[in-house]
Amino acid sequence: MTDAVFQVGQRVRIADRTPRVHHRVPSYAKGRVGVIERVCGLHGEPEKFIRGNGEPKQRIYRVRIPQSELWQDYEGTERDKLEIEIFEHWLEETE
Amino acid sequence: MSDHDHDHARTFQADHAEPTSEGARVGLALRELLIEAGHYTPEEERAVIAAMQGASPRDGGRIVARAWTDPAYKERLLANGAAAIRELGYELEPYEFTVMENDDNTHNVIVCTLCSCYPRSLLGMSPAWYKSASYRSRVVREPRKVLAEFGVELTDDIDVRVHDSTAELRYMVLPQRPKRTEGWSEEELAALITRDSLIGTQRAFRTE
Repeated sequence: MTDAVFQVGQRVRIADRTPRVHHRVPSYAKGRVGVIERVCGLHGEPEKFIRGNGEPKQRIYRVRIPQSELWQDYEGTERDKLEIEIFEHWLEETE
Repeated sequence: MSDHDHDHARTFQADHAEPTSEGARVGLALRELLIEAGHYTPEEERAVIAAMQGASPRDGGRIVARAWTDPAYKERLLANGAAAIRELGYELEPYEFTVMENDDNTHNVIVCTLCSCYPRSLLGMSPAWYKSASYRSRVVREPRKVLAEFGVELTDDIDVRVHDSTAELRYMVLPQRPKRTEGWSEEELAALITRDSLIGTQRAFRTE
């Protein structure tokens, strides 16, 4: 098993791109910054299932994003969070 | 279908309502082709559907009641949901099973914005509203409002955590054990649990 590139607590940016194949990143999360909540296992890469079997597998991370970062007019508290599963190749290190 | 003389195509009875849309017809045609090409057998399909129909939120209730009465089990359940659930004898699909715990200051709610991912092998079929475009688009954006529509009124000292099930994990909420249930048996506690409380659209239980 390859080592995880990102660690719990690290700040990451979710890539803002739109490949022309099926991918599992909703548009509201693209380009957003969050913190790694947990490091998960290796799974087939969704973009590669259109031809083949998703290999090589990619690691999934759970990313925690403050709701107020996602929605300008968010009605709730500053502590409300959204957590989402993102594959490693969609994550970039950020300050 | 009348010009097929292939065994599988003749004997394959889709466990599905009569297709009424173009999409549903394409879906059924694709299943016939997959079976004809030998990717899986009609028996395998029937077995999977039967297993999903046999699963129900009652099983989730058993898991929650065990966690409420056995702190060591709860710790294992939160650390590795799939392994702890298998301990109780359940077969799970090869997903990572993640259990999110509610407490006095946290409320968890589950959604799949991209489609309608749901732990069917454990909890059975998902409710229709879980698959609706309205729930999927709104609960990420205005969770407090959507939860209030379900009767869950959250004060500002309770943080909301929305979990978007976008990839290979599956989720279940571990609700908070209601007060004044000391001394209840595991069976009595399990009977309190509803499907909605495992998704996070219910927070309180009737204990009278």
